[in-house]
Formats: sequence, structure tokens, C-alpha cells
Amino acid sequence: MPHDSDDHTHAHSVLPSDATLRVKAIETLLISKGLIDPAALDAIVDTYQNKIGPKNGAMVVARAWSDSAFYDTLFYDTTETVADMGFYGRQGEHIMALQNTDEIHNIVVCTLCSCYPWPLLGIPPSWYKSDAYRARAVREPRKVLAEFGVTLPSETSVRVWDSTAELRYFVIPQRPKGTEGWSEKRLAALVTRDSMIGTGFPKDAQ
Amino acid sequence: MSRIHDMGGRFGDGVVIPDFGKEAVFEKDWHARALAVTVASGFLGQWNLDESRHSREKLSPTDYSKFSYYEKWISALSDILVAKGLISVEELQSLHGARALDSLSDRVFTAEKVADGLSKGGPTLRDSAVVQLFRIGDSVKSKLAENRFLSGGHTRLPKYAAQKAGKIVGFHGSHIFPDAHAHGGGEAPEPLYTVAFEASTLWEHAENPSDLVMLDLWQSYLEPL
Repeated sequence: MPHDSDDHTHAHSVLPSDATLRVKAIETLLISKGLIDPAALDAIVDTYQNKIGPKNGAMVVARAWSDSAFYDTLFYDTTETVADMGFYGRQGEHIMALQNTDEIHNIVVCTLCSCYPWPLLGIPPSWYKSDAYRARAVREPRKVLAEFGVTLPSETSVRVWDSTAELRYFVIPQRPKGTEGWSEKRLAALVTRDSMIGTGFPKDAQ
Repeated sequence: MSRIHDMGGRFGDGVVIPDFGKEAVFEKDWHARALAVTVASGFLGQWNLDESRHSREKLSPTDYSKFSYYEKWISALSDILVAKGLISVEELQSLHGARALDSLSDRVFTAEKVADGLSKGGPTLRDSAVVQLFRIGDSVKSKLAENRFLSGGHTRLPKYAAQKAGKIVGFHGSHIFPDAHAHGGGEAPEPLYTVAFEASTLWEHAENPSDLVMLDLWQSYLEPL
């Protein structure tokens, strides 16, 4: 069997050890070679900093809570349904919604890297990418949830979704009590990012 | 044998520190630049997603553990740029380089291409002649968590879920097979399933026997049980 021969050629070791300088170095070199466009870098940063984030996912959840026909379509074909709302793209090519109930609590992780539904939730937070979350969410999800202040009854079954392929998962949490008749906009304001990863609940109705 | 990134189930990593939505999207400016440089370089089309993942995974265990998230990205990017011949180690060292080949100039991810490029993505669902072997409800057993084409090669079967019994609970059509795609083996699409494993099958000290861990696994990772 062939061996992965690149193991011993770690080109990055010639770069400056300081991370800021390391990024600057590679960016400068690629620009000078004409391989990247500095204006494109600004546009990419602007997209993920300002345009794509958990507000997108919150709109989907709020609509799922409000519109039963939408809810059914969402679970029938999540990718198509959220794409119709304008949420599609890189790291969200195949999306599945997961339904939290009294019986089942879903949480999402990527133990191998940091797979996450970018078009709905944006760039993952540091803790999602941390060794501790990646290592522990599959083995002791209830202890991890407790660190987020989430305690579940033992009768509730926990389902941990390890994103090992190109399917990206997000959770439709349970609708908070006391929100009957609320508009989608008002509901969306209750939906937290963590509630769509499964490590939190939506905010209470005030 | 596994690589350092395959950490599911590992002991000793301490508590998770939530941010409750308060953290900035990019904590430091260089994080944003690292992401943007990596994404823009990817659009040159000289490597695919699986090759790019493997480039991060084969950082040495010492570097992988020591580097922060975006340090891994930028270091793996440098490695793959050299491996693919887009830059040389000498250029990395001197930070001066001759203009790249004209053949690449059309591929450069210019500012005008950003909105469209990011919103298109790269779906992995494909037609395939590979026969679907398993149906929803079938019991299966996962194989070893190793690339069967290449020793130390890329695979998406984590070792904590290797050689374990589970049940097929979802079928997603055929998707590009990372184990081939990361190593010049083409897309080699094959059936992809969601497999549910009982916590007590995976862990000696499961928190709750009724809990499940769900993984998306390609047909080659599975055998009938």
C-alpha cells in the first residue's frame, strides 16, 4: 500500500512563527504572484462578518413555528426549503433540520473538523471548534450541555449528530410557551444561535 | 491507526467554554484574513475540499495541538500551495515570487466573483452506478477507521465509531467519496447513509443508554450485520 509521502514535507515551517505575521506573509506572497485579489479578501470578510449569521437560521425557525405547511416542507426537503428563503451556499449545500421535542433532544458537532451550516448560522464560534467540544460532545453530551446551563430529564433521549459528511445539521428548538399569536419577527428574536446547535434553548417569552 | 484530528471521545480536554452568542465573528483581524485567504485560494480550483481537509489533518500532531484554529488553516494552506506547485518553499521563505502562470489568471477569485462564488457552494450529491446495499432499518457494522487506498490517507469514519454495530436510519443518495477524492482517485461517488449508534455500544461508561450518536457514513465504511 502506498504511504502518504507528504508527511515529512511541512512547508509551513519556514514561515514566521507568529500567527499574525504568518497570515500576512502568505497573503503578501499570493498577492504578489497575482493569485489572490485583495479586494476579494475584503468582500469575503464582509460577507461572513456582516451578511451571513444566525439571524438567517432564526428566520427559518420562526417560520417553522408559525406556518405548519412550511414546517412540513422543511422536514421533507430542508435544503430546497431554506434555499427558497435565500439561504444556500458554501458549507450549506446539503442541509437537514432536526426537530427537538420533549422526547428527543438533538445536538450537533463535528468531531473531525468544524463542519457547520454556514448559510444559516455563519462562522462557528470558538467553542464549537474547540478540542473539548469535539472530543466530548459525542461521549458525554449531557455533561457538555450542563456546561451550557442545559439540563435534560433522563427520559429525554439525546441524539448527537456528528457531521462526518457534507450534510449540515441545524436544530428546530421547541417553541417557547406564551408566544401564541406572535409575529415571525418577534419569534425570531427569541431564537438563539446555541438553540439551533442544540446547546441551548430559545429565550423565554417576556 | 488514526491522526490527531480524529478526537471524538478523547479524554482530558477539560470543560467547554460557551460564549452565549457574545463572541465576535472574528476575534482578531488575522482570523478574518486567514479565512479569506484560504477561501480565495480554494477558488483557484487547484485542489478539492477533501484534499484541503487532509492538508490540515496531516499537520504533525505537535503542530495540530499547538496551533490555534486559523493557524491550522493558514499552515495547511501553505503546505498545499507548495504541494500543488503554486508556490515554492523558496518563495515562502523570501516572500517574493514571480507572477503565476497566465493559465491561472482566469481562475483568480476577484471581488466581482465573491457574491456568486460563495452563494453557489459545491454540492457533493452525484449519480452513481454503485448499488445501494442497505435499507433503512438494516443493522450494519462499521469497518476500521482507515483509508483503504492509502496508508495514513483521509477518511471520514472516526475511530470512536469504527468496528461498531449500528442501524441505518437515513439514506442520502450517492455522494463524492472523500477517501478517493482526497488522493487523486476522482469523485468515486457511492451511497451515503445516516447510521445511529447506541451510546452504550460506543462507550464503556455511557451517560444514558437511550442516547444515540448519529454519523453520516459511506457504504464502503459499512458491512452487513
